[in-house]
Amino acid sequence: MSQLHGEPYQPKSGFMKWMESRLPIMGLLYPTAVTFPTPRNLNYWWTFGGILMFCLSVQIITGIVLAMHYVPHVSMAFESVEGIMRDVNYGWLIRYVHSNGASMFFIAVYIHMFRGMYYGSYKEPREVLWILGVVLFLLMMATAFMGYVLPWGQMSFWGATVITSLFSAIPYFGDMITQLLWGGFAVDNPTLNRFYSLHYLLPFMIVGVVVLHIWALHVTGNNNPTGISVKSKQDTLPFHPFYTAKDGFALVLFILFFAIFVFYTPNILGDPVNYEKANSLVTPEHIVPEWYFLPFYAILRAIPDKLGGVIAMFASIGVLFILPWLDTSKVRSVSFRPLYRQFFWILVIACIGLGYLGAKPPEGAYVIWSRILTAYYFLHFLVILPVLGILEKPRLLPKSITESVLGNGDGDKAESKG
Amino acid sequence: MASSETHESNRRDFLYIATGAFAVVGAASAAWPLIHQMNPDASVQALASIEIDMSAIPVGQSITVKWQGRPVFIRHRTPEEIKISQETPLEDLKDPVARNAGLGGDVDASDANRVIQPEWLIVVGVCTHLGCIPVKNQGDYNGWFCPCHGSHYDLAGRIRFGPAPENLLVPKYEFIGDDAVRIG
Ligand code: HEM
Ligand code: FES
Repeated sequence: MSQLHGEPYQPKSGFMKWMESRLPIMGLLYPTAVTFPTPRNLNYWWTFGGILMFCLSVQIITGIVLAMHYVPHVSMAFESVEGIMRDVNYGWLIRYVHSNGASMFFIAVYIHMFRGMYYGSYKEPREVLWILGVVLFLLMMATAFMGYVLPWGQMSFWGATVITSLFSAIPYFGDMITQLLWGGFAVDNPTLNRFYSLHYLLPFMIVGVVVLHIWALHVTGNNNPTGISVKSKQDTLPFHPFYTAKDGFALVLFILFFAIFVFYTPNILGDPVNYEKANSLVTPEHIVPEWYFLPFYAILRAIPDKLGGVIAMFASIGVLFILPWLDTSKVRSVSFRPLYRQFFWILVIACIGLGYLGAKPPEGAYVIWSRILTAYYFLHFLVILPVLGILEKPRLLPKSITESVLGNGDGDKAESKG
Repeated sequence: MASSETHESNRRDFLYIATGAFAVVGAASAAWPLIHQMNPDASVQALASIEIDMSAIPVGQSITVKWQGRPVFIRHRTPEEIKISQETPLEDLKDPVARNAGLGGDVDASDANRVIQPEWLIVVGVCTHLGCIPVKNQGDYNGWFCPCHGSHYDLAGRIRFGPAPENLLVPKYEFIGDDAVRIG
């Protein structure tokens, strides 16, 4: 079986019969999105996939509208964004939704990724699904980075300078590569123009990879909180109406959360220095990236060597690609792995700690702690996970998802069939 | 018969490989303009040199001028600053190379190799770590301090401490009169 299928689509109206024999699009969508067999025990952490699709749509819709008013030129970019804020009808709303939307997108993606780590969703047979997710994360980071350059504030300019200069660490070709990226000898108008072009393009590449991600999901099916595989039809429910309703409810709560930021505190997640126009002769006192990049920025600064710092930063994302092979345990879910549960939470705390340190100036105890946590981050993936799979004695797994939900009494089973 | 078949398939193989190689060369040459367009264009290259009158800079002061979109520091050094810079032992330097575009090669980073006239220190004001602009008269060596990740430069613009790997670059420049230079 190459793909899990729900009940096939049966066209009812004459028109749909005519259509399906020419373009069987409902035949494709119905069993994958409506009747798709989904584990019956998914909890709310599984709603973030749908929330991410919502975030991507919001960014694309608001972005296309912003692009109607935005001018990608160093002499106009900052002013045009101010124009969006002051003059364009509802421009303030559209921009605040887009700029806070990027943060919401990252909140959702981080929850989604840690969910995958908690329940072992990256393990066999979902390795490709996981890797596509890491690719999506990288594309999101590139998109958000280039988007942040567009308003051409001080932090836009200096963030762009620092991040593109990372490539100058590459031996021999470094300077060639930075000049190629900048289209000049420093970040300037050519850089702004190309970032705008790519900022428009990348979200659509994300859409493409999302299609692959969902395709891979529909071959292996969802993981679930027990981590054990679906064994019978009893273990599943059709996606619609059960999970459309659950996802919908979670989405409403998420939108409320989103709205609090947009309407009550739209600038709290951003840096006020970015409301100052870019000045290529003055570096702001503290260069701090947006919050969602802080852990990686802390890792970059933890290493006292330029090339070493750049390598560590890219490696911190690189390890995620090989995570499925670093974790040697056959048991997926943390529920049955008492030791991994502890280490999972230590990792979460280490990542939050790195985020905190990324926002601090690189001096004294901050540097020392960045080094300790950076070392721990890599230790977790490269040493703890491989060793833990061998040492840890997992708890007894239930026989099936249904058993774990309903207990193993026979009466319960009979009831679940009804 | 068998041998002629082998012969036939060898010719086929050759044609496949030749066609494939041709397509690769074609694709690469079509890709090159699409990559090279990103490099600095003619108008950016045209800003290659600037002339600066330095007569208004008093001893002990410095100015920042913009060259190729980047800041250039021109520092009118005091006799003490020159003395400290000249007497710094070369073993104390983190980067032993002059990084002087006018000298090139691997000459050492002695103060003499970093300037043309000792009173005038001219360096590109871009931190060799990740490109921030260092702040003057700060840091452990009173030269420049880069606030981004904490690099300390001395009075000859040489990296002494911090993550930056190289000394501040000395651009190519020449004196065109007593107190005037052409950079670039
Ligand atoms: C993955 C989806 C996207 C993300 C994560 C994202 C992120 C961002 C961020 C962080 C900013 C800076 C916000 C600020 O501080 O002002 C920005 C600005 C901008 N984005 Fe996007 N964006 C996305 C999709 C798009 C799309 C699809 C378009 C156009 C079709 C677009 C057009 C713009 C424009 C014109 C600006 C400049 C105006 C402004 O700064 O508000 N974005 N984006
Ligand atoms: S850019 Fe100057 S220390 Fe990093």
